[in-house]
Amino acid sequence: MSEQTAIHPLYAQLISKFPDSVVRDDRAGFNGVVVQPLNLLEVVKELRDSLGYDYLSSVTAADDFPEERLEVIYHLFKSVGGAPAVIKVFLGREEPVVPSLTPMYPGAELQEREVWDLYGIRFANHPDLRRILLWEGFQGFPLRKDWKEPLYEEDVKPFKSRWPEGKGERKELLNPYKDNVQYPREFEPSTVSGDVDQAMYKSLEYSDDPNSRVIKTDQLVVNLGPQHPSTHGVFRMAVVLEGETIVNLKPVVGYLHRNHEKIGERNTWLQNMPYTDRLDYLAPMSNNFGYAITVEKLMGIVPTERAEYIRVMMAELTRIASHTMTTGFLLNDLGAYFTPALYALEERELILDVFEEVAGSRMMVNYFRFGGVVRDVSPEVLKKIKHLVYNRLPRKIDELDKYISANEIVRTRCEGVGVLTADDAIAFSTTGPNLRASGVPYDIRRADPYSIYESLDFDVCTHDHGDVYDRYRVRIDEIRQSIRILKQVLDRIPEGPIMAGKPQYATKVPAGEAYGRVEGPRGELGFYVVSDGKPNPKRYHVRAPSFINLTSLAQMCKGAKVADAVTILGAVDIVLGEVDR
Amino acid sequence: MAENDLNNPEIDIPDELKQQIAVTTLDRIYNWSRSNSLWPMMFGLACCAIEMICTAASRYDLSRFGMEVMRPSPRQADVMIVSGTVTKKMVPQIVRLYNQMSEPKYVIAMGACASGGGPFKEGYNVVPGVDKFIPVDVYVAGCPPTPQALLHGLITLQKKIEGEHIPDTRWYKKGEVEALPIPILGPDLMDPRHFELIREETHKPLPVVDVIIEGGETA
Amino acid sequence: MNGFGILKGLWITLRHFFDTYLSEFGRNRKKLPLDDQRGMVNSPGLFTIQYPEEVLAAPEEFRVIPFLVYEAGDYDQRKYRCTSCGICAKVCPTQCIYITRKKDAETGKPIPSPEEFYIDTDKCMNCGFCAEFCPFDAIKMNHDFELATYERGETHIFNKEKLGKPVEYYAKIRPVNYALEVAEKAEKAEKSTAA
Ligand code: SF4
Ligand code: SF4
Ligand code: SF4
Repeated sequence: MSEQTAIHPLYAQLISKFPDSVVRDDRAGFNGVVVQPLNLLEVVKELRDSLGYDYLSSVTAADDFPEERLEVIYHLFKSVGGAPAVIKVFLGREEPVVPSLTPMYPGAELQEREVWDLYGIRFANHPDLRRILLWEGFQGFPLRKDWKEPLYEEDVKPFKSRWPEGKGERKELLNPYKDNVQYPREFEPSTVSGDVDQAMYKSLEYSDDPNSRVIKTDQLVVNLGPQHPSTHGVFRMAVVLEGETIVNLKPVVGYLHRNHEKIGERNTWLQNMPYTDRLDYLAPMSNNFGYAITVEKLMGIVPTERAEYIRVMMAELTRIASHTMTTGFLLNDLGAYFTPALYALEERELILDVFEEVAGSRMMVNYFRFGGVVRDVSPEVLKKIKHLVYNRLPRKIDELDKYISANEIVRTRCEGVGVLTADDAIAFSTTGPNLRASGVPYDIRRADPYSIYESLDFDVCTHDHGDVYDRYRVRIDEIRQSIRILKQVLDRIPEGPIMAGKPQYATKVPAGEAYGRVEGPRGELGFYVVSDGKPNPKRYHVRAPSFINLTSLAQMCKGAKVADAVTILGAVDIVLGEVDR
Repeated sequence: MAENDLNNPEIDIPDELKQQIAVTTLDRIYNWSRSNSLWPMMFGLACCAIEMICTAASRYDLSRFGMEVMRPSPRQADVMIVSGTVTKKMVPQIVRLYNQMSEPKYVIAMGACASGGGPFKEGYNVVPGVDKFIPVDVYVAGCPPTPQALLHGLITLQKKIEGEHIPDTRWYKKGEVEALPIPILGPDLMDPRHFELIREETHKPLPVVDVIIEGGETA
Repeated sequence: MNGFGILKGLWITLRHFFDTYLSEFGRNRKKLPLDDQRGMVNSPGLFTIQYPEEVLAAPEEFRVIPFLVYEAGDYDQRKYRCTSCGICAKVCPTQCIYITRKKDAETGKPIPSPEEFYIDTDKCMNCGFCAEFCPFDAIKMNHDFELATYERGETHIFNKEKLGKPVEYYAKIRPVNYALEVAEKAEKAEKSTAA
């Protein structure tokens, strides 16, 4: 996209409305507009109130090192579907400040905290700007390009020390502490208290009612997690209780922060593919899908037809596996100890068998490549999938439905619990089944179709109450829709090649940026990548649905009983690999 | 099966009694019963935890080994399966949980991450192996290890337990077993055992340009 | 009606319980096709695979840690197929492959063979890229998952000896791929003789 390409009417409109503060981002391959930090709020207000961009999908930043510039990038959508409005703000490296969008879009809260944590960009007027993935007191802002980790070797992979003079050695043993750590100069370790939660507890206090600034004696702070059987991993909630009623709640995340993005910017384009498997490890195929279509967008290639069908087939199988598992574990959280989860896991195992056969691994499939998939699906496997889709899965889903849906305990514990209204759900940038359970028919497969979804026949499932029970119902309905999609795909799957072009390990990606998104089982999974034409991405960001869905957790839990918090969390359905990345 | 496991091979039992009688040593029967009722702690960290759940589910069924009782509380658990990436933010909790487990206690490092850092080892928030902080008995390689691989790890652990002798196991000796020091989160993760070393290293004069020690890679 | 849902749930569980026995009754699992075996698509009841007595059949593409293919040379020497070209070390996402290229002792010129080949299994993510992009079919993904050890310092960095597996092993665990490879080679040989 060079200078000649016509400017998108939306951007033209914005520029004519704010001629002084909005300019077009005219770098080759980039789109969107650059806004002056001071005018950001009014531009976004215009977008939201007059132009209908009511859904703030992603907030992230990038470092233009060696240029002395950081940028903050916003992707806004209309909740009725369509292409994004991309807004950027350029900032200097020293003490960067930008106005916070949280008052306007509450869904930005956690994302802005993440940007502060990893880039050190301050958001003015943010209600609770603390580190989120790392801890208070951590030294440095790790995603800045000039920040180096203790086991740093080189800026980009492949490392030169591996070949032809590779020695099988462990990197950390060369560190003086024999560990993956580094400390500032002249550091005195005993000055550190190690109490990293002060600020968090303080924020709980201050976001209370104004007349109870200090936690009164009848209020109690309880920590659920990070080691708790019902938090689905290493998630932690700090809950303020009055009796058994939740007054306030703060999610505390980062216990599984694995530096996905920092590593991703060092990897080559292809090397990121197996890493995406480890994001949402209950739905690896969806992650592959999202990353593949994003990079393909940038490369301007289209996968072959058979590959598209295989991709959709795998993505839908993943969705079924993931939704059944979620359903099973939601029941676990309700106290139906393990039985429903066992039934759900049986079906998941059979789907994993399919993955194992086509991709080689049950969970970490690493199956997609740019332009196609790595291996063809053999007729035997297709037969197996057919059997699953036509016989086994529908029967088992009916059984699960029969088992759970009418159960009195399930209904009393789930109906009316954790309600999120449609407006709130959009404002909080909720995605996936959570959003649709609130009655918003927003499914990226329909709202912004990718791959072959446009030609497939399926319904976007919605329910209206926005409570835990509806979230569960939406998932069951979606499983049925996925089966419907799979039937069509199995009928129509064409013969042909599975890769466009030859498989290559060194991918050439032209300079530019791309934001690609797919409807994963947990919602909008977005990838934002920037290329500078080199073999490695310059910026690699994952818009993780689980993470952003957590923003509304406090809203859903306030006023509920503490036992319900567990249920609500189970219905929000987070996967920690994706929350913390 | 059980009789053969239990019998002390040095003592002959008449053939006709083999089904009814087992002669054994205290060590052996004690270890046999312990190794067949290992209760794992319900403790999942990352992707590997999902495979651990699958191991407990119907297809692989941990209960065949007497391990189905996943305990959410460390006080009731015998074995901690560290299933996933150990991050710096999480490791204080892991050490604390380990300290809270009652003895005898065992640790399985499941997967590449828990054993030695795994694919995310180069990251700034990842601990290169949980054995930097707690003693590990069995390492299970793989990313993720399949449920069968984890079962193999558990069987390997059972074998280890069966080889133990009461007199020379550390928890039956006199005196208390020291709790492990809990790492502290500062500018980076600090192991209390390294305080002296940290002081020394960060106060070294500055011929090195940066504090970051560039892994001995002299060009 | 209250309580009915619970009864229904109990009934389903009970049915599963009976299925377990009925489906096992009189079945000789060895003779059944794979799909009908326990824990497979068609099995109605009991789902459990009795590891370690029975092991789930690993599909051909299953991958754990890679291995190096060698062919039998003279005097029981291993002739590794690897030419130490370094591609696998370059594509490896975790950079856990370390290769030292062999050098001629006198001239110092590189010889296309690895002097040493290490894989740090504590970092390997079993992704299969190395096997996928090796141009000489010299590295393949192993099926052996029984890798639990008591110690990792020494044992978890696999060296060339430990990684090496004979080509027959490769043919055994990946018959389809192996057949394809043989066919491809024959075709190439034919072409070169024709030329
Ligand atoms: S070893 Fe692999 S599967 Fe297990 S936690 Fe680490 S990355 Fe995930
Ligand atoms: S790519 Fe194949 S031939 Fe080249 S170094 Fe690796 S194993 Fe050897
Ligand atoms: S399987 Fe992947 S991570 Fe392991 S050695 Fe091969 S390329 Fe590297």
